[in-house]
Amino acid sequence: MASEEIMHAQDAGAGTLPAGSSAWSGGAAPYAIVSKKLGMWLFIISDAITFGSLLFAYTYVRVASVQWPMPFHAWPSIANATLMTVVLLSSSLTMVMAVRSARIGSRSHAVRWLFATMAGGLAFIVLHAREWMGLIDEGVRLFKNPWGTPLFGAAFFSLTGLHMTHVGIGVVYLGVIAFGQAAGKFKPEDVEVSGLYWHFVDLVWMFIFPLVYLMSAHLG
Amino acid sequence: MNHVAEEPHAAGSGRLFLFIWVLLLAFTGIEVVLTYQNLGVHLMLVLLLGLSVVKAYLIIAYFMHLRYERPSLAITLIPPLVAILCLLFLAFPDSLRLLHLRPR
Repeated sequence: MASEEIMHAQDAGAGTLPAGSSAWSGGAAPYAIVSKKLGMWLFIISDAITFGSLLFAYTYVRVASVQWPMPFHAWPSIANATLMTVVLLSSSLTMVMAVRSARIGSRSHAVRWLFATMAGGLAFIVLHAREWMGLIDEGVRLFKNPWGTPLFGAAFFSLTGLHMTHVGIGVVYLGVIAFGQAAGKFKPEDVEVSGLYWHFVDLVWMFIFPLVYLMSAHLG
Repeated sequence: MNHVAEEPHAAGSGRLFLFIWVLLLAFTGIEVVLTYQNLGVHLMLVLLLGLSVVKAYLIIAYFMHLRYERPSLAITLIPPLVAILCLLFLAFPDSLRLLHLRPR
């Protein structure tokens, strides 16, 4: 079928460009990546805008407040958040190792690295949930808290809650990829695409950790 | 059916990834230490944001492999994102107006 041939050609590597033609003249993938990877990148950009909006709302409300709570003591809050950061960064390392193993053909190693990444994600969620329980015990709710501006709770829980949801979805996604890899169903590029999502989740935390936790660290 | 059809690229050296990870941890440590230096709010914010952007670059360029892709991909993805975030934060000074409006 002519249309199938065109589809094949569009996903073909740009290394096969005929001499003198440009990557944009059709018949080859302009970014030299498979479409599912481009799709994941585009989703990541849109999700980055979503988190950017939430961070902006948080910034706005905080600057406009007279008394924004700074309740995170070095122990246990900042220590816990720092541990969560280390765990998530390490899970990104194991993810990158999983992609590398998949690319060089060691499927069983890739599966093991994927499980390690999932374990990191689960550890992150457990630490985070414990922190949430602690805050709720202290009286923090969506629209009131014992310390200052009522919206602290809404800002904190919405930002970290959306992020935690992304981590949870990521763990499930990685599980599907891991079991599929074990059964030989997925290609290395599928592992790589799931890795892009996971690194994005880590990336968002790189902004949430300093802006929400460190800027509200209890000093003095 | 899709071919696996990307340009062959280096699988990436494990040692490079380990090095990037160490850098990320180091920057995290610097951020935590800075928190307790009693700097002014504005300086803290600038430093923390600056460090976060550096960490973001390391993750995007190396872990997400964007540095090794076609430049056109990075050009398509990053500048529009930055532009949209700038447009968002254009409204930020209004929060100061709100702050000054409050009854003291």
